[in-house]
Amino acid sequence: MLDFPRWKVWLVIVATAMGIVAAIPSMLPEAMRNQLPGWLKNTHINLGLDLSGGSHLLLEADTADVRKQQIERMEETIRTEMRRASPRIDISDISTANGALSFMPRNPAQLDQAVDVARQQTNGVGIGGQRDWNVTVRDSTRIVMTPTEAGVNYEIDSALETARNVVAKRIDPEGTKEITVVRQGADRILVQVPGLQDPEGLKRLLGKTAKLEFKLVDLNADPAEVAAGRAPAGSQILPLQEGGKIAVKRRVMVSGDELNDARQDFDPQSGNPVVSIRFNNAGGRKFGRVTAENVGKPFAIILDNVVISAPNINEPILGGSAQISGNFTVESGNELAISLRSGKLPVALKVIEESSVSAELGQDSIEKGVLAGILATLALVIYMILTYFRFGVYTTIALFVNALLVLGLMSIFNATLTLPGIAGFVLTIGAAVDANVLINERIREELRRGRQTMQAVEFGYKEASTAIFDANITNVISAVILFWFGSGPIKGFAVVLALGIATSVFTGVTFTRLLVSQYLQRNRPKTLNL
Amino acid sequence: MRPLKFVPDNTNIAFLSYRWWALGLSILLLTGSIVLVAVNGLNWGIDFVGGQSIRVTFQKPVNMGELRTRLEGMEVGDVVIQQMTDPKVVSIRIPLDGEATNPIGKCMGQGVGKDGASDDSNSIASKVRGELVSAYPGVDIGAVNSVSGKVGCELFSTGSMALALAMLGISLFIWFRFEWQFGVGALVTLFHDVVLTFGFFALTRLTFDLNVIAAILTIIGYSLNDTIVIYDRIRENLRKYRKMEIEPILNLSVNETLSRTVTTSMSLVITLAILLFVGPDTIFGFTASMLLGIVIGTFSSFYISAPVLIWLNVKSDSFLQPDASKAGAERIGESFPDKK
Repeated sequence: MLDFPRWKVWLVIVATAMGIVAAIPSMLPEAMRNQLPGWLKNTHINLGLDLSGGSHLLLEADTADVRKQQIERMEETIRTEMRRASPRIDISDISTANGALSFMPRNPAQLDQAVDVARQQTNGVGIGGQRDWNVTVRDSTRIVMTPTEAGVNYEIDSALETARNVVAKRIDPEGTKEITVVRQGADRILVQVPGLQDPEGLKRLLGKTAKLEFKLVDLNADPAEVAAGRAPAGSQILPLQEGGKIAVKRRVMVSGDELNDARQDFDPQSGNPVVSIRFNNAGGRKFGRVTAENVGKPFAIILDNVVISAPNINEPILGGSAQISGNFTVESGNELAISLRSGKLPVALKVIEESSVSAELGQDSIEKGVLAGILATLALVIYMILTYFRFGVYTTIALFVNALLVLGLMSIFNATLTLPGIAGFVLTIGAAVDANVLINERIREELRRGRQTMQAVEFGYKEASTAIFDANITNVISAVILFWFGSGPIKGFAVVLALGIATSVFTGVTFTRLLVSQYLQRNRPKTLNL
Repeated sequence: MRPLKFVPDNTNIAFLSYRWWALGLSILLLTGSIVLVAVNGLNWGIDFVGGQSIRVTFQKPVNMGELRTRLEGMEVGDVVIQQMTDPKVVSIRIPLDGEATNPIGKCMGQGVGKDGASDDSNSIASKVRGELVSAYPGVDIGAVNSVSGKVGCELFSTGSMALALAMLGISLFIWFRFEWQFGVGALVTLFHDVVLTFGFFALTRLTFDLNVIAAILTIIGYSLNDTIVIYDRIRENLRKYRKMEIEPILNLSVNETLSRTVTTSMSLVITLAILLFVGPDTIFGFTASMLLGIVIGTFSSFYISAPVLIWLNVKSDSFLQPDASKAGAERIGESFPDKK
């Protein structure tokens, strides 16, 4: 048991050395780390937001809105496709209630043809070849289209994926900052911005979907009807930013999807902040045609279903650029410009969890945590050496190697160190001590029973190993469960705990045994002062 | 020079003969804890109930009464203000709904997924932030946390689930490695430790948040660590001394592992005490509960885990398969030549 084959000795040495080398970059200041060769440079521990300072937002998508949009889009498609069908199908009594789209062909003889057209609008989703819509006929007259579970999930998934990209673009247009924007679960997006202390601006930026639309104002609407909220056919009632309501045509003439650029600017006449936009080719042509056809009429600029302004079209705007004015400050103008540049969010996002930590508090936590770690290690070293003398020294070496290995493994996995993680680290030291204590106490016991030095040590390691193994498995179980269920900081704790258990068993059992066996073989002591 | 020993060699303390006293003490503490939790309730962190928490560092120690009046004047809801060990640092908590500060009733009664007024609560945080910055120039807003009611309920249910699963998983593992009686013993021990920790939080009014769940899970791990070391020795001794009664075997096992228990517990206590007094105050509750857990865990591994084996009628032949008893005996005989 105590004689190590040569390859095993080397295995232990190489594993230890690799762990220690991997730990080094994390202990260097960032400037120095950047000069290291590539693979070493990237081997480092990330600091959690609670240590580095920064903001964390958990956003939840309004999935009901995604479902609603899905049905609305299908309604639009069905209207167009039924019109285009040959022979043309006239439909009536369109309903979008109860999460389904239903309509009736005016001519009952066209029912089968209408079903065919409707079926053509559905697509396969997923690997199972399931359709995204179910098309059924009710009472032999009415066609009902219901989105399938798979179809809805596909919609939500793609909306979230687009939203994730838009969020990332809005926060960091240049893509240079170390921000994290990741999907979490089916309908959530997690945003982490290191260094940002006050997330209010961020929340304003993400709070708007930034859906920009240009629509014609319905000049024939009766003002009394509009005030009562009743829209004429083909029109809709929207609130005005400065208060009141206005009727606009339902049809979107040009939308924010066709923008090339947007930036905050100043109106040359009034000097007020405005947002200048430039359309792409297609958008510019459309905008030019619409303005040319409607000179003298008011054109509504609609942002997130609120009419910002409805200026009169004085002349055709053919250059492909326009200005949006409406009570902007420089800041809000800038935010709108960023939002427009990044594109609209396909779904509204709501902040459901938010936390921010100042860099000072984070720094303070690191300093106090590290100080506590050093003091605790020092106290343990003294205690161990006083208790076990030479074997205590081995324990001490094992403790240091253990600490370096945990850091090294965390660096290799690019793990995140959080405040609870530091506590986990300190506890890991406790676990490493326990493994050694179990072994040393067992050796003492075997010596008391009158065993020879060599045999006592051998038995000590052998008998203590089962207890060490069993005891550590329970810690692994809790670490795994914590990792599975925990969020953020807790996960950090679980990672450190799990890695620490693995390394402490290695250093406590294998590494110290190597040291002890070397000593015993070289010196062949008659007695042990233990 | 002799090595430092807190426990003399070859102790022979009849720990198990005090088991009824210990059981009485445990029942007393358990009842006390349950009553405390029922009457006092826990000081739930906003992680679980939803709401805001703001950690503020003032330029100089602040007048708490004045701060309270100022914040209550803003009519943002029930405000809980706590001064940290550093008198300049104050933690402000504003739970979501004043009356529903207990996640058990809130999340289970009304069904998970009910949304709290999250938009509303977000603006509360910024309002309070603005008020503090203007009223106390130079104030540092160290950390702001805001959780919606929905997320609070989710964190609460996943936290409870993690706790229950860990207890069950560990007990199953012990059943698998030892015998069913040992698994039951472990489960009872865990239950004991967890209830007492809850009692501790009800007594001290320390904030019960997500970090505490992590602490409890670690306590479970370490309490079990002790239990397993003793169980492991009991198993060994049961195989070794097959004629001995169960009680002397338990006593012998506890005594044989006593020195290890004391040394390990001491090292953990040293480590945690340093973390408690020197470490960052943001994890004070975490460390405090852990420290208490070590003490409870050591006690329960002596007086809950071990006696349960007597009460569940573990016999010295529990570890011998009926047909394999001969082979087992030989194997054991070989590993302990001195006992032949």
